Amino acid sequence: MTLLTPTTEAEACEAVAAAAASGTPLAVEGSGTKAAIGRPIQTERTLTARGLSGITLYEPAEMVIAARAGTPLAEIQRALDLRGQALTFEPMDHRPLLGTAGEPTIGAIAAANISGPRRIQAGAARDSLIGIRIVNGRGEAIKSGGRVMKNVTGLDLVKFVSGSWGTLGFLTEVTFKVLPKPERAATLVLRGLDDARAIAALSAALGSPYDVTGAAHLPAGLGGGGQTLIRVEGLSFSVDHRAGELRRLFRRETSADLIEGEGAAALWRSVRDVEPLVEPRNAAIWRVSTAPTRGPELAGVVGRLLPGSRWFFDWGGGLVWISCPAEGDAGTAAIRAAIDQYGGHATLIRAPAEIRAAIDVFQPQAEPLHKLSVALKASFDPKGLFNPGRMWAGV
Amino acid sequence: MSIAFPTPDPAILARREEIVAGLAGLVAPEALIVTEDERRAFETDGLTAYRRMPLAVVLPSSTAEVSAVLAFCNAQGVKVVARGAGTSLAGGAIPQEDAIILGVSKMNRVLDLNFENRTAKVESGITNLAISGAVSHEGFFYAPDPSSQLACTIAGNIAMNSGGAHCLKYGVTTNNILGVTMVLLDGTVVEIGGDHLDSGGLDLLGLVIGSEGQLGIVTEATVRILRAAEGARPVLLGFPSAEDAGACVAAIIASGMVPVALEYMDREAIQITEDFSKAGYPDVPAMLIAEVEGCDSEIDEQLRRIAAIAERHKVMAVRVAKSEAEAAAIWKGRKSAFGATGRVSDYICMDGTIPTGQLPHVLTRIDEIVKREGLRVANVFHAGDGNLHPLIMFDINKPGEMEKAERAGEDILRLCVEVGGCLTGEHGVGIEKRDLMTCQYDPTDLAQQMRVRAVFDPAWLLNPAKVFPLDGRLAA
Repeated sequence: MTLLTPTTEAEACEAVAAAAASGTPLAVEGSGTKAAIGRPIQTERTLTARGLSGITLYEPAEMVIAARAGTPLAEIQRALDLRGQALTFEPMDHRPLLGTAGEPTIGAIAAANISGPRRIQAGAARDSLIGIRIVNGRGEAIKSGGRVMKNVTGLDLVKFVSGSWGTLGFLTEVTFKVLPKPERAATLVLRGLDDARAIAALSAALGSPYDVTGAAHLPAGLGGGGQTLIRVEGLSFSVDHRAGELRRLFRRETSADLIEGEGAAALWRSVRDVEPLVEPRNAAIWRVSTAPTRGPELAGVVGRLLPGSRWFFDWGGGLVWISCPAEGDAGTAAIRAAIDQYGGHATLIRAPAEIRAAIDVFQPQAEPLHKLSVALKASFDPKGLFNPGRMWAGV
Repeated sequence: MSIAFPTPDPAILARREEIVAGLAGLVAPEALIVTEDERRAFETDGLTAYRRMPLAVVLPSSTAEVSAVLAFCNAQGVKVVARGAGTSLAGGAIPQEDAIILGVSKMNRVLDLNFENRTAKVESGITNLAISGAVSHEGFFYAPDPSSQLACTIAGNIAMNSGGAHCLKYGVTTNNILGVTMVLLDGTVVEIGGDHLDSGGLDLLGLVIGSEGQLGIVTEATVRILRAAEGARPVLLGFPSAEDAGACVAAIIASGMVPVALEYMDREAIQITEDFSKAGYPDVPAMLIAEVEGCDSEIDEQLRRIAAIAERHKVMAVRVAKSEAEAAAIWKGRKSAFGATGRVSDYICMDGTIPTGQLPHVLTRIDEIVKREGLRVANVFHAGDGNLHPLIMFDINKPGEMEKAERAGEDILRLCVEVGGCLTGEHGVGIEKRDLMTCQYDPTDLAQQMRVRAVFDPAWLLNPAKVFPLDGRLAA
């Protein structure tokens, strides 16, 4: 395994051009904390962004930050924190779930469109990403977007690259829109609800005028007796008002507490990082996105088909994290059948490499969409150099 | 007339009757418009200085009809210009003589409303405001609010990734669409996304939104609908200079507040709108309207904080809206700014975005550029995100004056790029800014975009005169 560590965009272009000339496929990574997501790839060379580090622009008054792709996420968060700002999409940290070490990089957050609980209110990583520089498979440095948050000039390659898991090119620099950190957060915890009632409560909260920024449900089976979490954030007096109104909305629930501070923050971190399903470590983990009201039924179907599976809900019910035994196809047939019935998409986030090599890790696409995806991959990376086959065969 | 159109393909023009006959076999008789008188209604859009008579106009009423028409045009090599309501200020829907117009305006039904999941599924010819209208009885709305929202369609919003005054908080079109039904050039119908969040694979939805009718025709969309806040009210703030207003914007954001809207008007814009709308605006060099949301006490508290910040930035006039009527009065002038300007003069509206820190410098330069041409400008813009709308006024009856306005507009857009911004924040490139794309993008950047485009339309049949400069295009 050879590690290529360019320290400038020009060096990255040279490295890719050399790989293109010799037809050598490249694994693309930041620090590799999410390398075990996707179909296993066969490469002898790894192109890493860890030599491209540092914040290149931060204008708090303009709510924008740019950094080289290999900059640790933690460094970005520290810089923002000093000025009372934050990445609004609350990116998940995959290390606990995947058992990986290293510092997640900002480029990988962009490349994999990594968001967290606040996605329902503030948008995904791709919604905050406003500019990229990327080296395509021809070894050319390409830019899209920029440093201003409203920009419709030309095709939006920023969005297209976000969520492509390093299959389209090698990001060298990313620019994000940021927002002021909420002054205060409060979480209403409803206890003892089953999945269907919990999701109905979350729909009611998200359909209220109180600007809910987190809506998750941890079923009783995960311990804790069943907790349904509704978060509001903002200026202190607004949080008082909104939390009070939400409490009134759910006054008929027998158990409803308001929590704040580090305990509440830790609870949301645990939802963000899927901590309730980290153990057992040998279980497979699926990430399902569907319409919120269909989440409980979908989970119920999966539960019947896959004995031993457990799950919880984020995004008001629309994000279902499922743990199931990593045996056979690791639940693939059951979960794909549930998606066919209820709509949405499912990604196998954690499973042994031999299972990930044998099944579709990402949601299989309808034939015309798959053809488009393969052709679009080729439009960036004609020789198929970058993370070949990580998403699907040919992409 | 400085924007070039490609020379119409004589072979297509010669086959017009045959092409019309072919289309007649695919759609209902009333969906096909062929007479010159009736086609004239489609010869331009919101960029009315440019007009071209389309070969024919087709207004299908179903995805199946759109599919049949596109498959036919693809097989026959006929160009297709997609059209929603034809409100594009960038000329995105202007026809060409050898192209048909494919308009979605007849496909305007609401297909499904789901308040629990907070989604609405609509046909793409529905107007932006009609979506909000369909859900307002439950207290919901569709967030992006371009000022043409009464007329413009969601199809056009998707094509241009339209914004609006409230996108500082709620985002633009691409942040508010969950799925589309799109017809590819060969007639294949694809479902991209759905009623769930985010893509399970490559983000084709993100690519399609803002693609200006060049990748396919969107016939249905599933949009996010949001529950409206309990209330919203603005404060109007007058300042002695653009610098003070700009510094106040930065200070508001630094304080941790992000108003839902933060609008700027200069003295020229204030005077023009005041004459027209009698909104009671103060006579000041620079004015901000900041709107916040919440319950009454939340609004009062936020407006109090904003007013206190403004006091530290030499504010000359503060008018807090205390009721809905006072709020409406404050918005009245801003919302009528384009219309009021249109009553006193011909104008072109620019749409560049700049880093907000560059505001005073850019306003000074805009003034110089416009004065150099002997013209006037009124500046109206979204101050929170730096999206400028200089309205350059001219007299179309004075020979050469429109060219002067266009020259000033181009220089303003070049300036926007020079200071780190972009050519267009929410209107799109269309035909208007096509030839300026090389200011913002290197040839390699544009080539990558064109390679992506070619996956959908290698022969340049879909809205081909737009977005990419006519020179240097990648061949099929």
